[in-house]
Amino acid sequence: MAAAHAGAAVAVRPAAVSARGWGWRHSGRSAPAIRGLDLEICPGERVLLLGASGAGKSTLLHALAGVLGDEGDDADESGSLLIDGVAPREQRGRSGLMQQDPETQVVLSRLGDDVAFGAENLAVPREEIWSRVHEALDDVGLRPAGGGGAGQLALDHPTSALSGGQKQRLALAGILAMRPGLILLDEPTANLDPAGVLEVRDAVGRCLDKTGATLVVVEHRVSVWKDLVDRIVVLQPGSAAAPAVLLDGPPDQVLADARSVLIAAGVWVPGYVPATRARSTAGSGALLLAAEELAVSRERPRRRGFKSVPPLPVQEGISAQVREGQALTVAGPNGAGKSTFALTLAGLLAPVGGKISATVELSRGAGIDPFRWKADQLISRIGTVFQEPEHQFVTGRVLDELMFGPRHLGHGEERVDELLQRLRLTHLVDANPFTLSGGEKRRLSVATVLAAHPNVLVLDEPTFGQDANTWAELASFLSELLDAGTAVVSVTHDQEFSAVLGGTELRLDPAFGSGAPLEAGAA
Amino acid sequence: MRVALNLRGNHALLTRANPLAKFAAVFLITLVLALSIDWVSATTALVMELAIFPLAGLTLPLLWQRAWPLILAAALGGWSTAIVAADSGAVMLDVGIWSISEGSLQLGLGFMLRGMAIALPAILLMTCTDPTDLADALAQKARLPHRFVLGTLAAMRLVGLMAEEWQTIGMARRARGVGSQGSPLQRLRAMLGQSFGLLVQAIRRASRLAVTMEARGFGGSQRTWARESTYSLLDIWVLLGGLLIAVAAVFAAVGLGTWSFVWR
Repeated sequence: MAAAHAGAAVAVRPAAVSARGWGWRHSGRSAPAIRGLDLEICPGERVLLLGASGAGKSTLLHALAGVLGDEGDDADESGSLLIDGVAPREQRGRSGLMQQDPETQVVLSRLGDDVAFGAENLAVPREEIWSRVHEALDDVGLRPAGGGGAGQLALDHPTSALSGGQKQRLALAGILAMRPGLILLDEPTANLDPAGVLEVRDAVGRCLDKTGATLVVVEHRVSVWKDLVDRIVVLQPGSAAAPAVLLDGPPDQVLADARSVLIAAGVWVPGYVPATRARSTAGSGALLLAAEELAVSRERPRRRGFKSVPPLPVQEGISAQVREGQALTVAGPNGAGKSTFALTLAGLLAPVGGKISATVELSRGAGIDPFRWKADQLISRIGTVFQEPEHQFVTGRVLDELMFGPRHLGHGEERVDELLQRLRLTHLVDANPFTLSGGEKRRLSVATVLAAHPNVLVLDEPTFGQDANTWAELASFLSELLDAGTAVVSVTHDQEFSAVLGGTELRLDPAFGSGAPLEAGAA
Repeated sequence: MRVALNLRGNHALLTRANPLAKFAAVFLITLVLALSIDWVSATTALVMELAIFPLAGLTLPLLWQRAWPLILAAALGGWSTAIVAADSGAVMLDVGIWSISEGSLQLGLGFMLRGMAIALPAILLMTCTDPTDLADALAQKARLPHRFVLGTLAAMRLVGLMAEEWQTIGMARRARGVGSQGSPLQRLRAMLGQSFGLLVQAIRRASRLAVTMEARGFGGSQRTWARESTYSLLDIWVLLGGLLIAVAAVFAAVGLGTWSFVWR
């Protein structure tokens, strides 16, 4: 096992992709997700796939990964989609797929076992599997050959203790261990912090240089992948008249030719920051909420037999002030307790140490400690928008969702129409919130919280994974709110976003000895 | 949950035994203890089980931390048996309708000891067995279908995630004004809503995990195993150990004349 790196390396044979008039309709849908796709990708090419949401990018990747078509008889395929002249479903392991959510890219609970999983399924002999596992972990930088150093993780390292970036690199290792000729990445870095994004991108680059495998990556943020790919393909929602491929060519040429089209589609084109509304007032600055020497944790006090043990704080000694009409941005790397701090500030978690106090302007008779407020007292004072919009949907219809807060409070229903229009949700009033697109869900979750008219708005990573259009809309809307006197607290990695909002920045760094995931080998 | 299932740092002898052998030993002990309701067999088994704690890497504080509800339940069960059971022999305490006699005290004690003696082997098994190793043994040695075994194993990893998700959804809903206050009916409705939210997220996660697994070639008929599940000499000792505890418990009880089948 130890001498494995040296030998047994089976050369990767890069795959060719060929689509001829290919289309796919998911079962239960009337319109096809993608249609009329003609695309040839040569072995070893690296392709960045762009396009507005609804253009069928993910559907194409799933089809190439051979995981489409299990949903019953109702789904419908037209034309042909082949890898090396054979249907993807008939050649398991020829391609490897990484998806967006790091949590579901991990299958097993120990590092080495997880990497081995794909190779096991392809019936690779045992000795060969372990030599591949070592090589793959070395390639993604989780367990460098030669040993030692901060990046060295044991084979039985628990996968649950990895950071998001590490989990995605682990997923890449699991894919590499199958020796696929085609690597498919479906927004692999959308859920990661900036350090994690580079970590994953660089690992992908190294592995491609080594194996020469073909790459197809879907991602909004063009600047991250531009230098790594040698071709950009822009898809558009298919219709009977128009082909699925809108543009196809070398990165610089496509970006120059289609700049305005891409910007209109919400793609993050390098060097372009969407125009946003500037702030026009500075806010009254009246103090609403203050945190003093705050210690925070998501865990509740744990019971050990008869004893109650307070949880270990992920961050402590935080002091901050929330003021009317002013923005507070909470920044720092993953694991520093930013979200936990925001949730504590918002009265959703009990402080582990220190205290939070609301001033009379905010509490209006409800008491000093937001955590003790009743739910309806809370929503009219502090509104919190969670990172995952679906967590906050409580009804089955967009309009009910917006009316929910005002109905509970018994006032404010007249504001709903304005919010619907302002956040472009009017045409969706009867839709089910869970069926909306990512950008629509984000806009709805902001609107629902604002319908209760809170004085303080807390947002957890509001721009994560959003396209440029939603981003600009959100930033402009929040700047309007600030001018109108609302205090906005946002947890974000997005420096351009915090620049639009202005105000003060609170930077949190991982506390020493905390339970935060260790960043290994990021350098 | 995630912490409890993590075996890292436990290098005790029994972690190296095959999970199936450990399972068989636990089954033997449990079977014998389920047959009788006397206190001698239970005590014998209990003492011997306590003696093998170090072999499984379990300590008394660790046991209390993990199994205190079980221990309390056993004690409570024993106490109420002692109070409620029909009196026989000298009455030791009499408070109105509750009385404790020698006979009922013996029965209560037997009940309590038995509860603990039956629970302990299972706790020992969990302490020194990694779920992944158990899955390997079930698929390779017990020949259970690997799709089923590995699917279950992967899903179990999601259980820990769901616990975190439950907390997050609870907070997210409070931020929408759905509180856990109010009448019992309102609380029940809030709870149902939160469960529905969790269900939606669980299904999303599970289908994404299924795609991940399928994209890694899972589901074919041919498969190799990176970790070979093997039997060793240690497993014979484990089986003999289980047998020894079971037999000793029966002999001690029969020898002292306390053995009594549950159905008698």
